Parts: sequence; structure tokens; C-alpha cells
Amino acid sequence: MPDLLIELLSEEIPARMQARAADDLKRLVTNGLVEAGLTYAGAVAHATPRRLALALEGLTEASPTTTEERRGPRTDAPEKAVEGFLRSTGLARDDLAVKDDKKGRVYVARITRPGRPAAEIVAEVLETTVRTFPWPKSMRWGTGSLRWVRPLRRILCVMTREDGAEVVPLEIDGLVAGNVTEGHRFMSPGEIRVTSFEDYAAKLKRAHVILDAGERAEAIWHDATNRAFAAGLEVVEDRALLAEVAGLVEWPVVLMGQIAEDYLDLPPEVLQTSMKEHQKFFSVRDRDGRITRFVTVANRETADDGATILDGNTRVLSARLADAKFFWENDLRVARAGMKEWLEALGNVTFHAKLGSQRDRIDRIAALAREIAPSVGADPDLAERAARLAKADLSSEMVYEFPELQGLMGRYYAEAAGEPAEVAAAAQEHYSPLGPSDDVPTAPVSVAVALADKLDTLAGFWAIDEKPTGSKDPYALRRAALGVIQLIVSNSIQLRLNAEEEGPVDGAFWNLANAGFGRWFECEPLWTDLATADADKVWIDPDKTSLLAFLHDRLKVHLRDEGVRHDVIDACLTGDRTDDLADLVARARALNAMFASEDGADLIQLYRRAANILAQAEAADGVEYSFGADRKLAGTDAERALFDAIAEARPRIDAAMEAEDYPAAMTALAALRGPVDAFFEAVQVNAENAILRRNRLNLISEIVRAGTRIADLTRIAA
Amino acid sequence: MTRPDTPGSFQEIILRLQSYWAAQGCAVLQPYDMEVGAGTFHPATTLRALGPTPWTAAYVQPSRRPTDGRYGDSPNRWQHYYQYQVIIKPSPPDLQELYLGSLAAIGIDMALHDIRFVEDDWESPTLGAWGLGWEVWCDGMEVSQFTYFQQVGGHDCHPVSGELTYGLERLAMYVLGADDGNAMPFNAPDAPIPLTYGDVFREAEAQYARWNFDVADTAMLEQHFRDAEAECRRILDQPATDPKTGRHIVMAQPAYDQCIKASHLFNLLDARGVISVTERQSYIGRVRTLARACADAFLLTRAGGHDHAA
Repeated sequence: MPDLLIELLSEEIPARMQARAADDLKRLVTNGLVEAGLTYAGAVAHATPRRLALALEGLTEASPTTTEERRGPRTDAPEKAVEGFLRSTGLARDDLAVKDDKKGRVYVARITRPGRPAAEIVAEVLETTVRTFPWPKSMRWGTGSLRWVRPLRRILCVMTREDGAEVVPLEIDGLVAGNVTEGHRFMSPGEIRVTSFEDYAAKLKRAHVILDAGERAEAIWHDATNRAFAAGLEVVEDRALLAEVAGLVEWPVVLMGQIAEDYLDLPPEVLQTSMKEHQKFFSVRDRDGRITRFVTVANRETADDGATILDGNTRVLSARLADAKFFWENDLRVARAGMKEWLEALGNVTFHAKLGSQRDRIDRIAALAREIAPSVGADPDLAERAARLAKADLSSEMVYEFPELQGLMGRYYAEAAGEPAEVAAAAQEHYSPLGPSDDVPTAPVSVAVALADKLDTLAGFWAIDEKPTGSKDPYALRRAALGVIQLIVSNSIQLRLNAEEEGPVDGAFWNLANAGFGRWFECEPLWTDLATADADKVWIDPDKTSLLAFLHDRLKVHLRDEGVRHDVIDACLTGDRTDDLADLVARARALNAMFASEDGADLIQLYRRAANILAQAEAADGVEYSFGADRKLAGTDAERALFDAIAEARPRIDAAMEAEDYPAAMTALAALRGPVDAFFEAVQVNAENAILRRNRLNLISEIVRAGTRIADLTRIAA
Repeated sequence: MTRPDTPGSFQEIILRLQSYWAAQGCAVLQPYDMEVGAGTFHPATTLRALGPTPWTAAYVQPSRRPTDGRYGDSPNRWQHYYQYQVIIKPSPPDLQELYLGSLAAIGIDMALHDIRFVEDDWESPTLGAWGLGWEVWCDGMEVSQFTYFQQVGGHDCHPVSGELTYGLERLAMYVLGADDGNAMPFNAPDAPIPLTYGDVFREAEAQYARWNFDVADTAMLEQHFRDAEAECRRILDQPATDPKTGRHIVMAQPAYDQCIKASHLFNLLDARGVISVTERQSYIGRVRTLARACADAFLLTRAGGHDHAA
């Protein structure tokens, strides 16, 4: 069985696209071959900056011959129908067989499709693959109409058998497939003829091309760490950078250079970011964690062992770091003067046309952080101060140059300004968490600012009706909502998001999202915008509700990862405290834990039965059975036992609920399982005697109400 | 480590590029006689990239970016600088090799240096143009932009032009081993009157920085912007047939001059700091509208492939 080798040689492919492209090549070609009836034993794909390669092992020589039997019209059908059938099958009337069918005698066509040689199929599949390749961005060149990521220069397509290799005949847009490739652009220019994948990989290696990206990355990392180790240093690990650099070279040569003394005082993150973003350098640190050197990866060996290359790279780095140092020193001057200049500048930066400037936004966040502070154990003055300064670094030159350093620079600058440590920490931490796996701040001041920031974002975009829809979430509101949830849940913060009058925070969220809206309208232009644009939307209630519903949806996603069932959360969305997310989560977790115990699961079934009986009776009778049941009217032992069990459980449930100890409340509730079970075994609820019936329904109602305090158990799926 | 084939001055690098590309068959043009932000603005690139007619040109283009002014004090930033521009339509299959040849011509020894093609997609929002290509690195230094034009003025490019842009100051600093651009020799260092780059430009840099940042009359600039915009439209609104000569004369290039003017006036206003974030987008959009209209008009000229008989 033949092996197949395909190589698509092009001008330089962007590093970030290579791995995906190798996978796509493998997927599209193998799928195409299999669909056409071929099979293969194994496939492997590779990418370098200039080529995609695919090697298939053990390909079948041809697709199998297939026969299909197709039923046609009855033999006595009109001539037209028979002719149509012949046309569609491509057969003559004599080729048709006749069979007995339920419908009578019908024509049957046997269509035989002969197998096709593999090379023919390969040529077709490869052409389709090249013409429809899913590059993230593709282009045309010269006078052609073919699209590829950059100009496609050669196609190599060779089938190898024991008795030799043959080129698969194929032409795409003037490119004729052959058995020729090229080595390293500079170190081994010229054509290379190959006969098989083994031959190809070996010849490429001699021509200074390491085909396998993993092998290149490994070689880079191995050499880099060795060099650093020999100098008593350590390379800062960066997998994304390693993958990128492995995509920029075919023949990696690691060089280590020195960072000029002048720049060693820059914050390590600045050095690292500047080197990585601009130059694709790895950072190398000493035993004290100071970044003192860099590793660059060249694409070639030279007679001077890379001295010229390293010298050039060092000079480029110095120019870059001179810029960074210039920004850093300018920024420190502003920071030490109290950052006023930056805060004023933020007044000219639009956050969103309808939501005012960054300055307006900071005013709102500061006020909200102050309100939230007591609930999270933070000092209100510090929380407000931190919120006022948290975004100041957005005006700094360093963050303008390296946006990814926002927050971190804020911390450095707040420290330089002599701000308290909590305020400086909040500047960095208030952006967190940025995703499900990100660290959640725990320092109270940071938590207050982080919550205020995210709540303001959510409330603001809700107010102007810029909600996420489908896959569109341009303002990352889902992430903000998840951030709120993570902050509240992991810090167990009691916060009534909707509270109007009472609760630990006096309507912080309410004020923002709804009627109060005071802070929104303190800003004159904003008031005008909102008033003229969507004033009605801002003031109506449903928006507030749907923002809470949005948070609940996000909470479901969050808890699902923890293994809490969807319907469990739905069941807990009852009562008037669903805006207290920490409480909601505690109830959901307790209820979820109940499923783990046999008693719990059974109890939920019993509870559903009770609730159903009660609901039916209430619907039929048009009354609510919520009046105290009387033990004196109990007619059976099972009934009396249930009365006693409820009497005993009730204070325990009450106490547990009071203490918000939901697992204890669940345990107390679960203790009713035996008596409830026995009750349903022994007692007919819908008794003939109306008094007995009413008493029993009232008894059931007590069970149902006891459960409802924790969750609406009827919403649990059976 | 100066070797005999290493150029000794800024102007020698330009001269070598000129002879190299002339030898490759390019028409060596002179700079366009207007203020532009980059070599791409030269009609020899922007307009000639449109339509089916083959084209090949190389030229130096003095360029102005008012916001980059540093009063002549920066070692590597000037508000007036030079770009070397090559455009070939259709892009030849060996354009990368031709480009590498030009580096060799200015003394970059491929056996000692590390040349890379690093992804960099080019887009000009003011010209309604984009292309795919690379920034070319020499030992980690970006020395050129290499672009295959896909669209200009909102039109698909067919055939595709290959465009090479060399930032001459940066490239020269690298080749000449100068850390301070102002100190690099402009003419031969052993000439009777040797001049550095700074001798030629430094004083003017300070003057323009002052004017660009603090003195330029913004009301006048705004008026000139509106004038250029209006004149561009008026030119394009003229009928294609000239009433005097009776000939088909679509005035794409005079209209495009006004578009270039508007673009530079916008850059000046930007340097004066009088354009807010939202206004910025609107100015860019206005220039793009002009560029598109000029591109449409160019396609109605003979150079743009318009068949007059049709």
C-alpha cells in the first residue's frame, strides 16, 4: 500500500496560524480521501514558517467498486416516467431488471461504480483542499485568483510504493505538482528532490529545516535553559512565546545577550513586556529575580557564531528600552505629583458616548465603592480613594504603549505617589477576576473597587440597552457578571443587589440600575444623552429584573462547573432574596448535597408528591390550605408520628434558617423522610370526612412550606 | 567592521537602491511634489495600483508626520523623514528574492545577518486600502514593510501589486552602525564639506515642531481642509468630456491632489491637538470618502484601464 506525501511551500506563514493550518490540512485531506472510499493507516501533519506538510501511511490503492440497486417506476408506468428513470441512472432499457414489488412489477436499476485509483482521488481532494482552505485571512497575488495565506510557490505531491515513487498529476492555478521542495531560505537555497516522507524529513534536516514545530520548540527551550543555567540564571517560562518563536524559524539558533545597565531599574514586567511584544525575546532572570539578560532565537548559523546578529538585536533592544525608560520616568513624575494630570485627562476620554467620560465613570465607581465598603469589611475612605486612582494609569505613557500593563502600572504609580498599600493593590487587582480560572481578589479594598467597577459597567450598559445578544458581547458583560459572582461567592459577601431600603448596602445597585440613578444624572451631558435617547428604558422596572436574571443565568453557568444542577438553581430562585447571590449559592449547594444522600433524593420525591396533592386540592377547592393542622384530629399513628416529627423538626429548621446554615436546615428537613413516607403509605389524604381531609391537607401544607423556605422543590426535575 | 561594500553615507544607500531597482527594470521616479504622510500616497502607488495596467516604479518620497516631531532632539524620530518605495504590478513571483537582493545591494551580508518575514497586515483607513504581508526584520530591527495590495480606495486590486517600503533613516542607521540618526553622515564623511543628517535637518525639525505643535493657525487649517474637500468633489463632478477639447478627460489626479492635501491638513490639526477622539474618526472617514471617489475616477482614465472606445 502506498504512502502519500504532500507539501505546500509558500512565502512566510504567520506564526500564529501554523499549528491550526497543519491540523486543517490533515483533517480536510483525510476526510476527503475517506469520503471518496480510500482508507489509510496513519497521518501526521507539520508546519514551518514556509510550508505545510502532510504524510499519510498505508493508503489504499483504489476506492472499492460499489453497486447500488435503485427501484424505478412500474413496468406499466407511462413512457415519460421510464425515460426519466433511465436518464437519472444513465442506463439503457435493456440494462434494467424487473422485480416483483408490493406495488406490482417494477423496473430495477443496478448501478455499478467502478473503484478509482488513489492518485486520481488524491489530486481531486488536494485541489479542493487548497481552493477552500480555511485561513483566518487569505490573499491573492500577481495575476492569479487563487487565495492562500501568502503566495503559494510550490506543490509537492508524491506517492511512494516499494518499487518507487510517483508524482501525483495535479495542477492548481498554474502550479504543477512535483517532487521538489526547497531547504532553508538562506542556509541551503536550491531545489531538493524527494521520494518519500522519510527521505523528505531527512533531506530537509540536512538542508537546515526542522520540520516538526514541537522539535523546534524543544530545541529552543533546551538550548535557552542550558545557556542560562551555565550563567547561573533562569529563563522566564512563556509557552505562548515559545510556540510563536518556533513558528518564526526553520533552523533555530539560540543567542543570549545582556540588557544594558541603564535599563535594569525598570520594573521587571516592563522589561519582559517590551522584550516579548516588540522583539519576541525571552527574559532571563538572576537568583534575585531581576531580569538582566535576554534570549533571542535567530533563524540561522553564521561564521561569527551569531555575534553580528546578537549585536544588532542588542542595539534594537536598547532603543526600545530607551523609549520605555522615557515613559517610566515621565510617568513617575506625574505619579509623584499626585496623578492629578492623569485624572483630569480622563475627563477627555470617552468611556461610551451614552455613558460619559472615564472621569464620569470613576466618579460613579468611587461613590459605589464607598457604599459597598462596609459589606466587604473595607474602610469606606480607602475604598473611595482606591476607586478614584484605580484607572489613573490609563492616561500614563507606559499603558498607552503597553495596554496589557494596565493595573500593574497603576500599582507602581500609586506606590510612587505614596498611597497606602491597600490603595496601590486595588489599582492592580480591581480588574480581576478576568475569567473563570483567574484569581479572585480577597483584600477588602480591592474587592470593593472590583465589585463597584463591574456593577457600574453592568448597570450602565443595561441602562442604555446594550445587552449581550447571542455570541455578541462587545462590552464583555458576561465576563463582568461572572466577575461579580466570583467576587461575591468566593468572599461570601452578603449584598442585596436589588435592595431599596434595607439590607447592608442601601440600594447600591438599585440606585445604579434603576429608579435612583442619582449618580448617573449628576453628570450633565450624560443626563441629556440618556434623557433624549432612551429615557423610558432607563426608568422602567423590567430592566432591573432582567439584569438580575442575567446574573442568575451566569450563576447557573458558574455553578454547573461545580456540579450543581441547573434545576437545583431554578428551585432556589424563589422567595425575595434571590438578589443575595451568596445566600442563593449556599442554598443551591445545600440542596445539591441532598441529592447525594438517599434520604434526600427520596424526600424530594415525597415532597413533590405532597406539593402535587396540595396544589390539586387547592385548585379544586379554590382555597389555600395554610391553616394550622390539628394533631387532635389525627386518626392514625402514622399521622400522629408525622405531626410529632414536624413539631420536632420545625424549630431546628427555623434555627438553621436563621443562622443561614442551609446544610443543617436540609438535614432537619431530611429527617422528615421516614414519617412522610409512612404517612403516605398508611393514610388516604382525600378522606371521605371533610374535616379529616382538610386537616390532612393542612398537614401536607406544613411540609411543603417548610421546604419552600429553602427552595421550590417542585422545580426539581423528576 | 566596515567592509568595502558597505555604504558610507545616507545618500549612498539611496543611490544604491536607485541603481538596484533601476537594474530590475523599475521606472525610477522622483518624489511627488506635495506634502504626504508616507510613500504610499504618491499617485504612482495609490492610483497606479488600481486597474489592469502593468506598472513598475521606485522612488524616494519625503514624508511628514507632524506628531512625530521632537524638535530635532530624538536620535530616531523626525516629523520629516524619507521613505523608499517600490511598487510592481502584477507582483512578480520572485519579489521576496528581489527584495533580498536590494538588501545585499546596500551592504547587508545575508551570511552574517538574520532576516525574517514577520506577519504584519497593512491597512490605511484614510485610503480605504489594505493588504497582507510582513515587516521585514534584520537582526530584530524592522527595516521594511512588504505588502501585497488587496484593496485600494475600496476597489479589489486585480492584478495585485507588490509594495516595498523602506524607512530610510532607520535602515541607514542600521547599515551605518549609527545609534544617533542625527550623527550619521549624509554625504561622504571624507567629502570636502562633510555633512551629517543633523546638519541638514535638525534646525528645520525644531522649527516645524514649534509650528506643528503650537503655532499653526487651526481655524485656517480647518478652512483649508473644507476647501480641499470641496474642490476635490467639484473636480470629480465635472463631466468626463471636456467641453473645450471634446476629449474624454477624467481629472482623477488633480482631484487626488486635493485628497492628499486634506489628509495632510488633518495630520496637522491632529498635531495641534484640536481633534477629539470622535472627530478623529469623522475626519478619517471624510478623507476616505475622497480617496474612494478619486479611485473610482482613476478607473475611468486610460491608465486605470478604461476603454475609451467602449
